[in-house]
Parts: sequence; structure tokens; C-alpha cells
Amino acid sequence: MTGNSLFQVALFLALLLLLAVPLGGYMARVYTGTAHGAQRLGGWLERGCYRLCGVRADEEMSWRRYAAAVLVFNLLGALVVYALQRLQGVLPGNPAQLGAVTPEVSFNTAISFASNTNWQAYGGETTMAHLTQMLGLGVQNFVSAATGMAVLVALVRGLTRSGARALGSFWVDLTRSAVYVLLPLSLLLALALVSQGVVQTFAASAVAHSVEGGGGGGVEQVLALGPAASQVAIKQLGTNGGGFFNANAAHPFENPTPLTNLLQLLAILLIPAALCVTFGALVKDRRQGFAVLAAMMVVFIPLTLVTVGAEQAGTPALAALGVDQAPSDLSAGGNMEGKEVRFGIANSALWATSTTAASNGSVNAMHDSFTPLGGMVPLWLMQLGEIIFGGVGSGLYGMLVYAILAVFIAGLMVGRTPEYLGKKIEAFELKMASLVVLLPAACVLCGTALACVLPAGNSPLGNPGTHGFSEILYAFSSGANNNGSAFGGLTVSGPFYATAIGLVMLIGRYWLIIAVLAMAGALASKRHVPASAGTLPTHGPLFVGLLVAVVVLVGALTFVPALALGPVAEHLTANAPSEVLP
Amino acid sequence: MTTPASSARGLFDPAIVRVAARDAVRKLDPRRMIRNPVMFVVEVGSLFTSALFFHALVASPKGGAESSPAFVGAVSACLWFTVLFANFAEAMAEGRGKAQADTLRKARREVAAHRLRAGEPGGVSVGELVASEALRQQHLDQVLSSALRLDDRVLVVAGELIPADGEIEDGVASVDESAITGESAPVIRESGGDRSAVTGGTRVLSDWLLVRVTANPGETFLDRMISMVEGAKRHKTPNEIALDILLAGLTIVFLLATVTVLPFSQFAVKVTGAGSAVGLTVLVALLVCLIPTTIGGLLSAIGIAGMDRLIQANVIATSGRAVEAAGDVDVLLLDKTGTITYGNRQATEFLPAPGVSEGALAEAAQLASLTDETPEGRSIVALALARYQQPVRTADALGAQPVPFTAQTRMSGVDLLAGEGPARQLRQLRKGAADAVDRFVQDAGGELPARVRAQVEEVARQGATPLVVAEGAKVLGVVRLKDIVKPGLRERFAELRRIGIRTVMITGDNPLTAAAIAAEAGVDDFLAEATPEAKLALIRQQQQQGHLVAMTGDGTNDAPALAQADVAVAMNSGTQAAKEAGNMVDLDSSPTKLLSIVEIGKQLLMTRGALTTFSIANDISKYFAIIPAAFVVTYPSLGALNVMRLASPVSAVLSAVIFNALIIIALIPLALRGIRYRPAPAPVLLRRNLLVYGLGGVVLPFPCIKLLDLALTALGIG
Repeated sequence: MTGNSLFQVALFLALLLLLAVPLGGYMARVYTGTAHGAQRLGGWLERGCYRLCGVRADEEMSWRRYAAAVLVFNLLGALVVYALQRLQGVLPGNPAQLGAVTPEVSFNTAISFASNTNWQAYGGETTMAHLTQMLGLGVQNFVSAATGMAVLVALVRGLTRSGARALGSFWVDLTRSAVYVLLPLSLLLALALVSQGVVQTFAASAVAHSVEGGGGGGVEQVLALGPAASQVAIKQLGTNGGGFFNANAAHPFENPTPLTNLLQLLAILLIPAALCVTFGALVKDRRQGFAVLAAMMVVFIPLTLVTVGAEQAGTPALAALGVDQAPSDLSAGGNMEGKEVRFGIANSALWATSTTAASNGSVNAMHDSFTPLGGMVPLWLMQLGEIIFGGVGSGLYGMLVYAILAVFIAGLMVGRTPEYLGKKIEAFELKMASLVVLLPAACVLCGTALACVLPAGNSPLGNPGTHGFSEILYAFSSGANNNGSAFGGLTVSGPFYATAIGLVMLIGRYWLIIAVLAMAGALASKRHVPASAGTLPTHGPLFVGLLVAVVVLVGALTFVPALALGPVAEHLTANAPSEVLP
Repeated sequence: MTTPASSARGLFDPAIVRVAARDAVRKLDPRRMIRNPVMFVVEVGSLFTSALFFHALVASPKGGAESSPAFVGAVSACLWFTVLFANFAEAMAEGRGKAQADTLRKARREVAAHRLRAGEPGGVSVGELVASEALRQQHLDQVLSSALRLDDRVLVVAGELIPADGEIEDGVASVDESAITGESAPVIRESGGDRSAVTGGTRVLSDWLLVRVTANPGETFLDRMISMVEGAKRHKTPNEIALDILLAGLTIVFLLATVTVLPFSQFAVKVTGAGSAVGLTVLVALLVCLIPTTIGGLLSAIGIAGMDRLIQANVIATSGRAVEAAGDVDVLLLDKTGTITYGNRQATEFLPAPGVSEGALAEAAQLASLTDETPEGRSIVALALARYQQPVRTADALGAQPVPFTAQTRMSGVDLLAGEGPARQLRQLRKGAADAVDRFVQDAGGELPARVRAQVEEVARQGATPLVVAEGAKVLGVVRLKDIVKPGLRERFAELRRIGIRTVMITGDNPLTAAAIAAEAGVDDFLAEATPEAKLALIRQQQQQGHLVAMTGDGTNDAPALAQADVAVAMNSGTQAAKEAGNMVDLDSSPTKLLSIVEIGKQLLMTRGALTTFSIANDISKYFAIIPAAFVVTYPSLGALNVMRLASPVSAVLSAVIFNALIIIALIPLALRGIRYRPAPAPVLLRRNLLVYGLGGVVLPFPCIKLLDLALTALGIG
């Protein structure tokens, strides 16, 4: 690891915290309806939405109604995306004249974008018409993110309200998330990206002549274009990650410069990190929010450094061939396969961990080409349940569920029925928390097992052996935890993968939302237990350590056998002296 | 008769161990096991590996040592022992209760009862009945105690056992309750008031009692106590249910993690073309090692043992729920009298009026108290003797005429003739409340000096009771009577405060007095001029704010508050109504028992949490033992994960499952005794327990598994 890499990681984290704190405070005001400045500016839009949809802003919902609203809204969204894909051939806004998308890919994509996963079983510029991208995928990028934020706010209300039945209004939370947070931030980011050269046009393509090929004109290249900047902005801010182009953030039209790279990196983690601060403000104890944020950092930073280190160290196979992999002024050194030269090792590794820590899934380098350990970190970050930052809203509500688990185990050790933020944690909460932990893990393990057994799961493999296994494991980890990034090397547009991953995305997102909202409902109805010296404090280093231990232990214990057969075996085999190729 | 809570009984009493070992086998019944999901999975695993064992015996095994009958059989045996050890732990905990129940059952033998016929005794008084054999023949039926029903009335005379629980309708008697309480000193039971309840199985030592039966057979206090200690009616407590859900969730996660290893490793074998897929025996071993068997096996034992510890403290809880709630309690309501202070006020100081010497006041006060047999009166005599060497003279020797206390005069004292011959004069010595004495001296032509009035107010403000002493028309001064706070309570309350429990003193005193005593005792709050309604309102208000309230009570007027409180300890000496309303009965009737109950509740929860943490932390080492062993044939490089350098895959797997089984046995004493509890704030407790059971749980298995592996290798296994 070089000093330069460390500096870049440190700078990134410092900027992230610097931006997250004020944004978090602002969002808390948004959800309590006290962001007066923003309401003066955007109130007409918020009220307009309510009037258009016939929503009464002061209506409160029980957890069941809240959950029903979430599900119905998302179902309708998915149906629209499905229809747009199937009908894009006959609809306008299709300058490249692309045909209808196949049913299984349409199904997969509809769920993928509604569930904030943005797993892409297709190549953007060659499959999706501009209208589909903008009206279908672009819209879902906003509302799926806003859905996650709304569910989080409902859970926080469950924790703060005492003896209450209602969790607030989904429509209001959804609208406020979109109008006051996602829209303005995307607007700012899109403008910044355009200034750096990210494309934003309705034209289908541009023609370029390369200098290669001799003669006067060189080789003619047709470069796909489109309204990319607007979509890129929200795909990062909303932890969606679905690229406009197939190459995602490695594509020069999506992510042309180191500055856009930094901005997009910040955008990936900004809202998830800021929501921790929002949480602290909403529960009226900022330390609670910082404790959760600290726990995320404690997991994130070492894992990032592992990836940076593993990538910088290069591969033993090349070392055996006498290739110099040490960094120098002229060479990045390390494992540069699958990485963009304009980003280098540190920014590619940092992106890989950020995009998988958050459930973003956009990539600026090919994770498939990472070293086994460097690739294992993004894989494991997803398997942890997308709670280290995680998706906007969904990451924090997942982490809060883990906090509840941690409190339950540790709380007993202080001789009291465990409490989190003054709410007693009892059988029902534990049941829901177990579901939240269990379901994605079950989806990953069972999906991977099925793919290992079925010929349809084996055949699209790009690589044999441990690496092929990692590719399958990665695909299901990404889908079930709603990340959406792809390891690559696996052809996922076939019926088996498109359907199987579509299903795990569905379960991983919506069953969890139901469980979380049910828990929120149960918590809201409980009375607050006043804190005393006998109460387990849920801020401070001790609790942070405990939370980290629970997250890491559950994640490790669940996936160690699978990881052992994938990246761990690959790493150990590659580094075993006798195994090195001549 | 020994006490029912024979705390002297060792943890591993051979008699209990024998019964427990037999019960451990009996508990293998799957219909019972399914109540404990973790151990049920182990039992299924045991059955499955047994089947594999017989299959391996019959079919010639192909593949390596991992499918040899010896290995499969050994793993299977270890798994069976894991289940048996868990059952044994539960049986041990139950056995201790059963032994106590047997002792209690002896007290519940069938006895003859003298039942009054309906409408009797008519015109005859009970006293006459007792005296005359003929009358008894006429009015009483001889029946067996099991034939008694609710509201039957029975006569019990000296030497007889009381046939059933009941309320005394008539009579006063001394009763030996050692069968229930273990306390050999007899207690007085009488009709009316708060000492009117009697328990079946106790013996009347003197006099007689007419008892109205208040419980049908099978529902008596003794029956309830027996079923409680036997755990016959044990339901899972809310916290146990929650923990069970967590354990079941973890079991499912690990089940998935291990079951999917099979296709994963088959895939690995297919793509590498090397080695063989992981064996089923190894997979079952991995599963059993990963699921939280340690806590799963000990969970019910911990709960039963917690109840057992309560019984050893001579407290009977009507449900495990109450014991758990005791750990959560954060407000204690304590009666002032008897709990915080000694029952009686005592004289602590003489404050003379202007112009009167302290000695003179002491002498007068002592004389005025000579015939006063109340503890207050005696304390004045004692103080005068101790402080001013006033010799105690008897009232007879002085020819003193006692003037007893009446509700009208609110004074007491003596009239005596003092001096010799013509100088003989009548001395009228009085002591009493300030206003009463004021009236007395005014009648005699005197008055209460302003200085004394100020002293009276000063004493009252300090929480003590002022008693004014006068002789004839002259006021001599004030005696300060003070509630004496029991020693050591201040520290105890400070300790409670450190663990987050607030203490509230309940007293009938006026707010001024109450505040002074509250400050002296160091309680956090007080309720003065408390009525039963005010008590109830206070509990409701505290609960409204989310607090869990515990209280002790004995009187019938405590019953509503007891019913409302989350943890309500009724004194065994108290009324039936109080016992019915509470969820615990303290056989010692000790007012400070509440503090021990809270500790037992906390210790119970802490033991559960500590063993859960320990159990999960153990898994890390087991992965390091089994994963390399399972996969090394496919990927030899995974041998690098064998950090313990275990000799072979066979010995590695066996060491892990043996450790997994033995750790249950090793932790039985801890589960039964509970982890060490020292009162401390939550963060301190958490840090300590996390260090011991969390970090300890991670580290401990490594050397243990290594040692087992060395032992197995030395024995030539593996």
C-alpha cells in the first residue's frame, strides 16, 4: 500500500464526514417538516404531488397500511418498467430503434430497479431505449431510493414514539425524500458531472475516427450517447448503481475524470452516511447516530485497506514471471487488470468497497479481475447484508436491526430485559430481526447451491474452478442483498439467472421491508423505558465494538464455508509456492 | 424438619445425579425434544449419523477415513452424548427442585379434620366446644383433609396439624410453621388483622383455632409450592421465548450454511476434478458444532436453577415470569417501618426547658415512663439510665399510680407521692404530644414556654417525634423520639442507585418527618401520609412512565397495590389476600428480601446472556478445526487454515465435536449456580462479561480442541 493510496482514502473519508453531518441534520428537519427554507422553495412541488395523487398529508398509517402502500407503490412501479421494456419498440424516444426486451430480462430489470438493486442483466446502450431509461429506470432510481428512506423513517418513528399505533404517512415520507433530498442533490451533481464531460443529450450516437488504421480517416467508431449525466447522478446518490452504459462508471462518458470519480464516490456513500446523523437527530440523541456511523466506519476502513493492499500487491503468477509490480512514478504497479488507468489502484479499490458497502453496485473497474482477496472484500461486504452504509435508508434500517440483535445478546449480560433506545426488545422484535438476517443469507446460499447443481447454472460460467464459484456466489450475493454490482464473467441474461436473481432481489427487498415495518409497528406501540444506570448505553466505544462484533461474526459464520471454497481457496492456491505456474 | 430450601445440598448430590442421569435418557423422546429447537436438530443429527454408521458397517466404504465406520460411529456417539448432556443439565436442575418438593410433600399428608356441621356451632361458643368432648361429638364431623372444600370450617386444637389453608375465624394460637418456612420458632396466629392466615400442614402448638378453609384440595399453598419447585407447570418466560427465537434463527442460518456446503463442494470437485465431496458425517458434525448447542442445552437448566435460587432464599414465586421481571425492576417501594427503620421509635435526647437541668428532665421522663410498656417508653427509661445514670426503680417500690395512655388524653405518666413526712407531696408526671401536655399544664395553671414550643417544632422538622414532659404545671422539656434507620441501608441504597434502581420510601408519617428520614436513609424519594389508594396511584404513575415497580406487602389493604406492582412480594406472615395478590411469597417475611430477589433476577438474565455469547463465540474456533478438515482433499491449500495444526481431518472433526459435548457438562455448575453477580453500572457489567464470556469464548476452545486432538492422536485415533 502506498502513502498516496492512504492519503486518497483518508481524504475521501474526511470529505464524506464533512458533507454527511450537515446533510444529516437537514434531512432530519425534512422528515419532521421543519426544513422551512426548503419548504418555501419546493413546497409547491410537494403539495402539488399530494393534490395530484389525492393524498392527505396529515394522514397517519399503521404499520400494515404503511407496508401495503410501499408494496402497492413498488408493484405499480415494477409493472410500468416491465411494460416500457416490452413496448419500447413501438414507443417514441427510441433513436437507436432498439427492439422489445425479452420477457425474463424485462422481469429481472423491473424488479431490479424497483428494488433499488439495479442488477443489470442487459447492456444499457444496446438494450434500453432512451424513453425506457428515463421514464422507467430513471424514475425508479428516485422512487426506489425514496422508498428505502421512507421505511427507515418509519422504523425510527417506531423507536421514538411511545404507545402509538401509527408510523407516519408513506406518501409524505416518499415525496419529501424525493423532493427535498434526492432531486436537489441530483440536480447539483448532474450539473457538476456535465461540466466534466459526462454526456447529456437525446442524440443516439456520435461518430469518431480513430488515429489507428492508417490512411486519412482512420477507423470509424460509433459511440452511443444519451441523457447519461442526469441518470448517473441519481444512480450514485440513490445507491442504485445501474449504469447508463454497459461499462458503467468505467465508461468515459459516465465517469471521465478523477474529479467526477471523487464526486461520484462521495455521492455513493453520502446519503447512507448522512442518514446515521439524521437518525441521531430524530431520536434526539446525536451520539446514537454517530455510534452507528462509527460502527460502519470500523468495518469499512479496514476492509477498504485490505482491498487496496491486495490490489497493490499484485498477483503471484505475474511475480513468478518476473514482472515488476512495484509502484513507481510511471506505473501504478499492482494488479491493474480490469482497472482504468485514469483511476489507478487506490480509486478502483476504494470504489469497489464503497459500491458494495453501500448497496450501490456501480463499478469503475471489473471486480472479476481483482485479486482473490481484493474481490472477496466486496463480496463479503454484500454478504454482511448491505448494512455497512448499505442502500439509502435500507442500509441503516438493516444496521438498526443488527443493533437490536446486539442489544439483545449483550443486554442480557447486564441483567435486564434488553432495551434499545428505551424500547424493550422482546420475542416479536427478535422474530422480525431473525427474518432480516436470515432471508438474504438463505437466498444467497440456496441460490448459489441451486446454480451449482443445475446445468443451467453451470453453463454460463466464464471461468472454471474456484473463480467460477466466486462468480456464482457474487451474483446471488449481489442480488439478494440488492447491491446490483456484477463480478462479471457470468452470462446472466439467460432464463435461469434472470429469473433466479429476479426472485432473490424480490425476497431480499420486500420481505425485509415487511419485517422491518412490522417491527417498527411493534416498537411504536411500546412504552418508553426511562434510562437509568442499569440501562445498557448504546453509544460509546463499547457498544460500537459490540455491534461490529455481531455484524462481523454473523456475516463470517454464515459465509465462511462458501468463501473458503471460493476466494479463500483461490488465494491460498495462488499463493502456495508449489502451485505457482512456471 | 429440615428447611425446604436445604441450601446445604451440594451441587452434585449423588442421589440427584443418579435420577438426573436416568431422566436424561428419558428426555430423548422427540416429542419433548422439539420444544428445544437447537437440541432437536442435534438429536436428528445423531439419528442421521447413526444411520450412516450402520450403512457404513454394511456397505463397504469407499473414500477416505472420513467414511470409515469407526469415524462415523465415533462422531455419532459424540452427538448422542451432546444431547444427553443437555438433557442431563435440565434433569439436574429439575432434580434439585424435586428433592425439595419431596420434603414439602411429606408435610402434605392426609390428616383428620374436625369439620363443623353447616350452621354450627349455633348457640355454643367455640371455647365451650374445645372444652367439652360431648359438645364436640355433637357439632363436629371427623373427615379426612382431602374431603375439605372451600368455606368449610374446621376446629384445630393444640398438637394437631392444620388440615388446609384457611383464614382464622376465631381463636389465637401459636403455630409451628417450620414445614413451610424452615423457621423453628413458633408464630402467633389470630383472627382478624393481618396475621389471620394459616397454611395447611403446619401444626398448632397451643390453644385452638377455628379456621375457614380457603382452598380446595390440590390448590393449596403447599400444592402450588410443590408444583412450582418441581417445575411441573413451568412455562417459558417471555425472555426465554425471545432467546429461543434467536437461537432457532441462528440454527436455521447454520443449517443453510452447512447444507449448502454439499453442492458447493460437489461443484468444486466437478470443476477441479480433484478429491471427493465433503462427507455427510463431517457436514453433520460441522452443523452441530456451529449451532448454539451450549446455550441451547443449558437454557432451561438456567431458568429452573434461577427459580431454585429463589427458593433457597426462601421465596416462592408463582411464575418464572416474576423472577425475570425482578431483574428488570427499577423502582423499589419500601415500607418505612420494619424495612428502613426498626419498627419502633426510640428516645435519643433530652432537651430541657429553660431553668431545668437535663438530669431533672431525665429523671422526670424516666419516672413518667416507668409503667409505660411500649418500646418508646422503655427506650426513655433506658436512655435516662445510660446517659444520666438514673437508676431504674420499679413503680411498685415508689408506690406510683400509673396513668395510662388514652386516645382522649394522648398522654401517659404516673402519679406518686414523693418525699418524707409532711414534705410529702403528690407528683403528677406526664409525657405526651405537645398540644396534649399544653392542655394539661394550662389546667394546672401553667403554660408551655415559647422556648419549648420552638424545640418541639425543631424536633419535628428533623423527622423525629417530640414528646413533652411536664410535672404538674411545670413543663420540664422535650424528649426526642426518633426512628432509627437500620445500619448499612444507606450503602445498600447507594449500591442500588449505581445499578439504576430507585428506592421510594412509603410511610404514614407527615411529609416533614418523612423527608427527614428519607434523607437519613438515603432513599431517592418518599411517599408520605401514604394510604392504600396513594400507594396504588404511585405504582400506576411509575408504570405509566415506563418503570417496573417492586414492592413488599403483608396487609389486606396492600392487596390492590400488590396486584398492580410488577414484582409483588407478600410476606408469609401476611393475610391470604396479600398472598393471593402478590406474585411471590417470602417465607421469612423479611422486609429487605426484595433486594435479594432483584439480584437473583438479574443474575438469571446475566447467566443466559453470558452463555449465549460464549456459545456463539465458540464457533470461530470450530470453523478453524472443521473447514480445513472438510475441504483439504479438494483444495490442499486450505490446509493453511488449520491454524491449530490438528493432526488429521478425522482427529480435527472428532476434537471439535467432543469439545462441543464436554463444554455443556463443564458449564452445568455455572448454569445452576449462575454467573457471579456484583452490583455495578451496566457499562461496567457489560465490559466485564464481554471480556470473560465473549473474548473467553473466542479464545478458550483453541487450546481445548488442540489438547483433545493431542489426546486422540496419542490414543492412536485419527
